[in-house]
Amino acid sequence: MGLVTPARLRFPEPLALASGGVLANYELVYETYGTLNADASNAVLVCHALSGSHHVAGYHSEDDKRPGWWEHHVGPGKSLDTRRFFVVACNNLGSCFGSTGPASINPATGRAFGPDFPMVTVRDWVESQARLADRLGIQRWAAVVGGSLGGMQALQWAIDYPERVAHAIIIAAAPKLTAQNIAFNEVARQAILTDPDFHEGRFYDHGTEPRRGLRIARMLGHITYLSDDIMREKFGRDLRGGKINFDYQVAFEVESYLRYQADSFVGRFDANTYLLMTKALDYFDPAGNTDGRLASALAPVKADTLVLAFTSDWRFAPARSREIVKALHDNDLNVSYAEINAAHGHDAFLMPIPRYVEILRSYMDRVYAGHPT
Amino acid sequence: MTPTRLDFRIIGDWMKPQSRVLDLGCGDGSLLAYLAESKGASGYGLEIDDAHVSECIRRGINVIQTDLDAGLSEFDERSFDYVVLSLTLQAVRYPDRLLEEMLRVGTEGIVTFPNFGHWRTRWQLGVLGRMPVSAALPHEWYNTPNIHLCTLRDFERLCEREGIEILESQVVDHAHRQRLALRLFPNILGEIALYRFRRARLP
Repeated sequence: MGLVTPARLRFPEPLALASGGVLANYELVYETYGTLNADASNAVLVCHALSGSHHVAGYHSEDDKRPGWWEHHVGPGKSLDTRRFFVVACNNLGSCFGSTGPASINPATGRAFGPDFPMVTVRDWVESQARLADRLGIQRWAAVVGGSLGGMQALQWAIDYPERVAHAIIIAAAPKLTAQNIAFNEVARQAILTDPDFHEGRFYDHGTEPRRGLRIARMLGHITYLSDDIMREKFGRDLRGGKINFDYQVAFEVESYLRYQADSFVGRFDANTYLLMTKALDYFDPAGNTDGRLASALAPVKADTLVLAFTSDWRFAPARSREIVKALHDNDLNVSYAEINAAHGHDAFLMPIPRYVEILRSYMDRVYAGHPT
Repeated sequence: MTPTRLDFRIIGDWMKPQSRVLDLGCGDGSLLAYLAESKGASGYGLEIDDAHVSECIRRGINVIQTDLDAGLSEFDERSFDYVVLSLTLQAVRYPDRLLEEMLRVGTEGIVTFPNFGHWRTRWQLGVLGRMPVSAALPHEWYNTPNIHLCTLRDFERLCEREGIEILESQVVDHAHRQRLALRLFPNILGEIALYRFRRARLP
């Protein structure tokens, strides 16, 4: 995708949140790729997952080592072809990558929000993204796309703004978390909350951060992102130094991997954001207002939808995606579902798996063919 | 534009316009595309094969990747006007249960299958003593997906046993043509059988 520069917009009007809280004003950081056409009909919104950001594709500088998190799918000639589409990616409220979040300065107190940052939900994100769309002059998205927590936003968009979403692409998602999903999130949160350096969320004031808690949370997360098979394939029981030393240093490759992932997360990610994002996941349940009936919750939807799942994903298994598919066809909506063979587990939605790329590309061809030029 | 296959045309002619259709084993979506075009039908195809699913998505056919042997439990009763099973009955694990399921989720069922009673099949098995291979049944015995082959008479007997009322039937040859002789001796000359049926009303 080449070099990209994030943009920033300030929203002075208050945002009422699902929690009952209010953000008096806020800023959103976003990136765009490609060109918005004259009638603003070629815009595609990419929603990010738990630890993602607005940096979907390209590089921020010449010596940037890693491109955006969906570089395989976004760019000229790629599935989300930036020669055709104007791709927008917004950093969610509560994040730590530029949009207003717990580490931002609270104008009411002059210091970091910390624990005073209100709880944000998937609905709140959609609301804030809709305001971003207004400011960018986008009345209707040609498609709203996302994986995992991003897929939940795509679904929420289709429910909350039926007239503003032509297509929704929901990848490796679920209509709500299971008790097991919530349990994993709770262990991650407990790791952070009980870290002595957490300081009730005011660690910024103490010039520290709950590194230990955040590390454990990230390690736990990574276990749920991978499948048993891919862990066996990648690491097996391979030993780091070739032999067992009977101590608590790294012995197995898998330990080394988890520690590396943990280390690279700390310093890059904010512990309060991690708490918020996992709560947004836990609370997501569009059928919560309709007696648990997802089909009723999806009754307002008008978008055509593509739902994708990966065979080895046990975090949000294919059966969970099928619940979304069922609720959509129960409403006689246009929906297609493909299950992609992949060993990578939940992480597969970030990978350049040929069939995944092909299906996304085919579907986007159809989105392009359907949008008025 | 390829000329319309006769079996598609027969199925289309059997359907009321603007129907809701579920196509089981929809392949590349040709039948659904034809029905949408010619009869204003809408609905979904179920398909297990990766390449076919990709093709459906490419051409804008609603497709759900699934294994028919896992059943149709995600579909509610009477969700469709027609449930179609085109050249797939013989490849499923429990044809009888699938027929039941078809009439649970649909008002009517339409089934097409290769007729194992065709004279060439009978000749190959009965005289040459070999498992039949033909245009309608192109596989060898060791690699065929067709595990439940039947004749017209077999199918009709199953329908009777299951309380299924046959509303219409046709046979065509492997090039999907119809001829007078076919009508006279369907179980000998018909290579592909087509049936439209519904749950028999209680007397």
